[in-house]
Amino acid sequence: MPSRLFFDNLGAILTYAVVGTLWNAFTTGVALWGLQQAGLVAPRVQAGLLDFLLFGSLISAVDPVAVLAVFEEVHVNETLFIIVFGESLLNDAVTVVLYKVCNSFVEMGSANVQATDYLKGIASLFVVSLGGAAVGLVFAFLLALTTRFTKRVRIIEPLLVFLLAYAAYLTAEMASLSAILAVTMCGLGCKKYVEANISHKSRTAVKYTMKTLASCAETVIFMLLGISAVDSSKWAWDSGLVLGTLFFILFFRALGVVLQTWVLNQFRLVPLDKIDQVVMSYGGLRGAVAFALVILLDRTKVPAKDYFVATTIVVVFFTVIVQGLTIKPLVKWLRVKRSDHHKPTLNQELHEHTFDHILAAVEDVVGHHGYHYWRDRWEQFDKKYLSQLLMRRSAYRIRDQIWDVYYRLNIRDAISFVDQGGHVLSSTGLTLPSMPSRNSVAETSVTNLLRESGSGACLDLQVIDTVRSGRDREDAVMHHLLCGGLYKPRRRYKASCGRHFISEDAQERQDKEVFQQNMKRRLESFKSTKHNICFTKSKPRPRKTGHKKGLWMGGRTKTKVLGLLSGPQKDGVANPEATNGKPPRDLGFQDTGAVILTVESEEEEESDSSETEKEDDEGIIFVARATSEVLQEGKVSGSLEVCPSPRIIPPSPTCAEKELPWKSGQGDLAVYVSSETTKIVPVDMQTGWNQSISSLESLASPPCTQPPTLTRLPPHPLGMEETQVPLDMSSDPRSSFAFPPSLAKAGRSRSESSADIPQQQELQPLMGHKDHTHLSPGTANSHWCIQFNRGGRL
Amino acid sequence: MGSRSSHAALIPDVDHIRRETGFSQASLLRLYHRFQALDREEKGYLSRLDLQQIGALAVNPLGDRIIDSFFPNGSQRVDFAGFARVLAHFRPVDEEDATIRDPKQPEPLNSRMNKLRFAFQLYDLDRDGKISRNEMLQVLRLMVGVQVTDEQLESITDRTVQEADEDGDGAVSFMEFTKSLEKMNIEQKMSIRILK
Repeated sequence: MPSRLFFDNLGAILTYAVVGTLWNAFTTGVALWGLQQAGLVAPRVQAGLLDFLLFGSLISAVDPVAVLAVFEEVHVNETLFIIVFGESLLNDAVTVVLYKVCNSFVEMGSANVQATDYLKGIASLFVVSLGGAAVGLVFAFLLALTTRFTKRVRIIEPLLVFLLAYAAYLTAEMASLSAILAVTMCGLGCKKYVEANISHKSRTAVKYTMKTLASCAETVIFMLLGISAVDSSKWAWDSGLVLGTLFFILFFRALGVVLQTWVLNQFRLVPLDKIDQVVMSYGGLRGAVAFALVILLDRTKVPAKDYFVATTIVVVFFTVIVQGLTIKPLVKWLRVKRSDHHKPTLNQELHEHTFDHILAAVEDVVGHHGYHYWRDRWEQFDKKYLSQLLMRRSAYRIRDQIWDVYYRLNIRDAISFVDQGGHVLSSTGLTLPSMPSRNSVAETSVTNLLRESGSGACLDLQVIDTVRSGRDREDAVMHHLLCGGLYKPRRRYKASCGRHFISEDAQERQDKEVFQQNMKRRLESFKSTKHNICFTKSKPRPRKTGHKKGLWMGGRTKTKVLGLLSGPQKDGVANPEATNGKPPRDLGFQDTGAVILTVESEEEEESDSSETEKEDDEGIIFVARATSEVLQEGKVSGSLEVCPSPRIIPPSPTCAEKELPWKSGQGDLAVYVSSETTKIVPVDMQTGWNQSISSLESLASPPCTQPPTLTRLPPHPLGMEETQVPLDMSSDPRSSFAFPPSLAKAGRSRSESSADIPQQQELQPLMGHKDHTHLSPGTANSHWCIQFNRGGRL
Repeated sequence: MGSRSSHAALIPDVDHIRRETGFSQASLLRLYHRFQALDREEKGYLSRLDLQQIGALAVNPLGDRIIDSFFPNGSQRVDFAGFARVLAHFRPVDEEDATIRDPKQPEPLNSRMNKLRFAFQLYDLDRDGKISRNEMLQVLRLMVGVQVTDEQLESITDRTVQEADEDGDGAVSFMEFTKSLEKMNIEQKMSIRILK
């Protein structure tokens, strides 16, 4: 329920609820009594004026359940909806009081009613309604306060919400106060704070559970109604009463609405026009509350109970079925202003705030303490005291409505973008903020939200601005640790992967370790005659350089998914972007080449980056440049030389799509193959292998640009092996033969194994020399060869 | 207030003002009394200082801008006519006005367009007809709490400008501004009932 609208129209709502219901009750009761006096109601209906008043009071209440059900279908404009709905909520107090008062009068007997009793009745109206509201507010406060501390026990949050709301209901019932009002005020009061405090999952859980429970309750009530209708022992029919009631409730409601609207329009800013009035009077549906009340009547005190029951059933059925069904065509026919379900835009939110401030200021200038003045005062009080008390510290810190809207909009954009299968990074103007410190809880991170929303892709939302937050720093530290401890993947492409400038010795050491592990595993698998060699080189590509600038938290998820290309280096890319203050239009995953280049230069800039990774020779850099130039062609890119990577990255979405991480992953498979095959190379071959690697390092060839050569890549390793592995042909071909498919599988599954750049480099030129005869694995190779277009780019 | 007519006569140019602003007699009178109350030294005009004395405006984020809007064209004083003119923007829109208005006459001050123009001028400080990104940033900075960092603010600004900007010039012109608010009920949001 939109609380802002509710309070804006509170005057109208209260008028209709209180005055309207009273009017309805009295006029209907009196009219029915008059009908009886006129003899149209059979005399077997023994009811006096008080009885009719009692009946009038219970039949006049507009039912919130029915109203909500019907109006949700119809989608009238919000003002109209909130007035009718608000009225139905608030008239509960009036109904309850009237009912009780009339009931007690009836029990006392009309002769004993004295003037003081009437006064007491009126006083009890205030007590019941205000008391119910107070109970609700107390529980709202409790609820908000407790949810503030549930950070570590998220699971109980929905439970808390349900229980405390229900407790509010029960308490009010116990004290004979208005229970509906209590629950309403509880909800209204705590909504803002609880929403800020509880986790996203809890919020979803509460919302949908409530909806389900509400549906169930509605169904049960109407089932009861239906069953009672069929059970004829419970009711007795009197045509005059029934028809009279139907006519009167419609007539008097319409009359009441017209009168009240006329009065209200003197005071309202935006008057309610005739069409609104028609809808309001037609939308006054009676429902289960009336039925429940009539069933509760005591037959001994009210002899006409059965007739009343029958009438109530008919009335409820009529209003819900006939009025409910026809209100939609009526609304259409009258061309009522419908609600426009526009997405909330940032502009609107911002300007609404502006207008609020302007109005408050103008009111001050005029010297009038109007609605806006008090609203302003309330907001200030809330901000200073209440929010601090009731909201979690982290939520409070960044509590700002404009920010909220912005945040939600971005998430919505991201989700819709992903759902369309696109790549988050490249949408122009999509600026996903990094997680503000408020969302220190993991589940509220954007990535988690996306996962929750069911988007298939585990996205790397490293995109765009990386706002520094505590979380970012934590992530940076973590990444730094990982970088230090993890095995550094070997560079896939000399050209592009400038990032992983592992120092030679470290590289060698790592190579040895890994190689040994791999050989061990390979032997085992050979023993089992399974050619599946699972390479466990699935470490994420950690950011080697300790980019203190902060790695975006998305880095972790990125590495999982995108592995090769993405990896933390994207962070590095993103970071300068962020620091440059320019929202990256499309980031990251696109061209490792460009990325790497920039990263390279970045690293060069950063003195604190691990020197070990600073690659040694210019040769490498030179190569990188070459490839980057290759990359530049056909792409809109900025200056390559200097670091600002983001600008380098071509913004065209199509490019981005081409460079979809998963696709590129497959492309890189071929590379993996090449790198992994070297691992198969027995130790004694390693030196020879390495020699060829180093020979290739000086090559400044842009083999990447030639897709054809790349497609030959997969077979290449085989060829290479064959040239380099004169011995062990028996095992090797088998291994190599078996290897590509298995590796392809493994690589695909992991998508993180990194290829060795030097190897690739050497492979590429060698490829040119080799013929394709080595393409023995045939189909298995070919099909992931082709996907190597990505690699080619590099 | 029985002697209303005599009071009304005290207001200089009352007829002219009435025609221009569309205020009723009672409203004008109320405004005039307020004007006199604000004008402590009885100068016959209001200066910035007088308006700044209003305490509540000091805690209003847009208080200064509103005060400035009373002093168009860099003047330092505002007389009652100017005072009423600015406040006329906030007069609730009358349905009857719209129908019987003579199309040749200029739009009444409280029309939707004029209300929007007033709001637009609050944003557009340099009066170049566009809200540049910088101006938007300033307004946002005023209105957003201190917890939002500058970078976040920049993102918000960019997105805001981008949402409204259609011709891609990086600034929001008046037409774009109007368009972005077409769904909003301006007549209600920018009106004060008391000024009917």
